[in-house]
Amino acid sequence: MHKNTEKLKNDMINKKVNTVQDALVGIENGMTIMLGGFGLCGIPENCIAELVQKGNNGLTCISNNAGVDDFGLGLLLHKKQIKKMISSYVGENAEFERQMLSGELDVELIPQGTLAERCRAAQAGIPAFFTPAGFGTEVAIGKETREFNGKMHVMEYAFKADFAIVKAWKGDTAGNLIFKGTARNFNPCMAGAAKITVAEVEELVEAGTLDPNQIHIPGIFVQRIFQGEKYEKRIEQRTVRQK
Amino acid sequence: MALDKNDIAKRIAKEVKNNYFVNLGIGIPTLVANYVRKDISVEFQSENGVLGMGPFPFEGEEDADIINAGKQTITTLPGASYFDSAMSFGMIRGQHVDLTILGAMEVSENGDIANWKIPGKMVKGMGGAMDLVASADNIIVAMMHVNKAGESKILKKCTLPLTGVGCVKKVVTELAVLEITPKGFKLLERAPGVSVEHIIASTEADLLIEGEIPEMVIN
Repeated sequence: MHKNTEKLKNDMINKKVNTVQDALVGIENGMTIMLGGFGLCGIPENCIAELVQKGNNGLTCISNNAGVDDFGLGLLLHKKQIKKMISSYVGENAEFERQMLSGELDVELIPQGTLAERCRAAQAGIPAFFTPAGFGTEVAIGKETREFNGKMHVMEYAFKADFAIVKAWKGDTAGNLIFKGTARNFNPCMAGAAKITVAEVEELVEAGTLDPNQIHIPGIFVQRIFQGEKYEKRIEQRTVRQK
Repeated sequence: MALDKNDIAKRIAKEVKNNYFVNLGIGIPTLVANYVRKDISVEFQSENGVLGMGPFPFEGEEDADIINAGKQTITTLPGASYFDSAMSFGMIRGQHVDLTILGAMEVSENGDIANWKIPGKMVKGMGGAMDLVASADNIIVAMMHVNKAGESKILKKCTLPLTGVGCVKKVVTELAVLEITPKGFKLLERAPGVSVEHIIASTEADLLIEGEIPEMVIN
């Protein structure tokens, strides 16, 4: 390697942290945390397990779903660490339903596309936007509405979050991310949508190893990255056909 | 005779045209994919982030990273693509998806739909349904005409919290095919062997009935 190239490589901003504990330094009680994933697909398993260990409570979690009873965000719900859940769909979780109906858990249900766009808006520095989703329903109560091109729209704000925790398939020490299949889902929208973004990846490589053409999320959106371990990748609805 | 769920799916499959991009909701709508004509090109979109969905995988070939919006393991067909949730709903709001087929608890004569919440009993959330119904031009609802107590779910006005207003174009039930017109529900077809009188008796909303009502062609 040429001397100058070596110099450039050393200058590359290094986002790598060695442990999940290091990755989650600074998370405190009462914070707002975004977590990627759709159902149990593409969820940050290592970080969720560590949040259970850390025991932070009073958390507001922004995530499309709330896991199942014994996995995903269900683990945090079980330990009553979540004060408020912002999601689009929360079926498949009996403990969630119990806490919601008893009033222990505050729940804000919002349309899935609105959830995604509120993440993306935060990532992209757009304070608010108009969407037709939810107009005329209880989702629009108390919100500004406006007509564009003969159709009514609802104003929605960008999220404000302290941490975004995302999961990718591959990543490099510069924080660049590549996702696999539908495990991509909300993860790219949440990267860079909070004050600090943590990425856990199945395979972490040196910067320069991944083809820049194939990067889905540039490292600028990621502050900390680490290689997770023992991914369980549970399947919620295993559905097959016969050969 | 009233149709079963597969028959409802078969009838709706006839609404799927060549070169359509189609989003299928959970339940009866998912079954529609099984009955689309084999001689036309159709791509199925799932809002969690895939276009070009194929059949369920063979046993042993499931991939936890490849699922549909119902969280079922799936496969993809040649030409498929994956994308993030913001782009997925960009496709939907941007009206790039040609046809949306979804289930409902209630539909009213002005095209309102309710399918996400029963106050005090069931709150699962709207998922992508509110974005889909607010954006799509062509929305077909697959649902049962009456509930288990025999009460009509085809109403003058919805009683449950709404998912969207004035958006449904067509409804296919176990009894009938209904179109939503500016004057309300119009009866287009009846299930084989089901009388117009039976449909009227099973429907709380008024029905526009013009001339002879043909039987649905299922197969």
